[in-house]
Amino acid sequence: MRVGPGAYLLLSAILFAIGVAGVLIRRNAIVVFMCVELMLNAVNLSFITFAKTNGSLDGQVLAFFVMVVAAAEVVVGLGILVAIFRKRSSISVDDVNLLKG
Amino acid sequence: MTPVLAATASEQAELIVFIVLAPLAVVTALGMVLSRNAVYSALLLVVNFFCLAGFYVLLEAQFVAAVQVIVYAGAIMVLFLFVLMLLGVESQEALRETIKGQRPAAVLLSLGLLVAIVGALAAGVFDAEPASLAVANEGGNVQAIGRILFTRYTFAFETAGVLLVVAAVGALVLGKRQP
Repeated sequence: MRVGPGAYLLLSAILFAIGVAGVLIRRNAIVVFMCVELMLNAVNLSFITFAKTNGSLDGQVLAFFVMVVAAAEVVVGLGILVAIFRKRSSISVDDVNLLKG
Repeated sequence: MTPVLAATASEQAELIVFIVLAPLAVVTALGMVLSRNAVYSALLLVVNFFCLAGFYVLLEAQFVAAVQVIVYAGAIMVLFLFVLMLLGVESQEALRETIKGQRPAAVLLSLGLLVAIVGALAAGVFDAEPASLAVANEGGNVQAIGRILFTRYTFAFETAGVLLVVAAVGALVLGKRQP
């Protein structure tokens, strides 16, 4: 018995669904960010599985670029969170409602 | 005869590593979402990233596995923990729901998403036989990635560099105390 691409893709789907649930459930903005990271990593696992399935390295390069963009996103996102915390002394996503109509 | 036996042995090793790492990855991800304490969430996420690095090694992506450990488990999670400590870990999360019935709805929706993806998998959309990366990884995975990164993806690579510089400058501007 060997591990086919289906097992990796199933695992990737499970991790992605957990990340989605976390983003929808959690109120702490930093934990919401971590769940977004989990989703990005789940998609990276799919990319690398498909790279192996297709026998080419393009998927791996794409996963590498996803990591670069995720790093940039985390830097800016956490900067925004620190700025919000300075203004409002809270990082709950419920307290950020100034744009509410 | 010997190469066949060797292939089976490596496949068995892959199976064992997968069986160990896959439940660990799922459990740490669930723990990350369910843990009340944000620091526990961050540490569980680090474990999850290490599991994913293990999968990348199984899938013949050694370079991405190393980058996963160094950049994600190292740099990004340290940044997360740093901000977590900076903003105060003791801030308790509000248990009251802002929108009524949001949590059950969220669980139901993500389960629906999972069922949809698994349905696509079961329907055999991605039912390809795994090819081997032996040809593409000729002379080492890192060398092969380097070759492809600096020929076909040069422009994307340069753009990624610009993006990182812009992100660093943006973080500095955001973090600066307004006079």
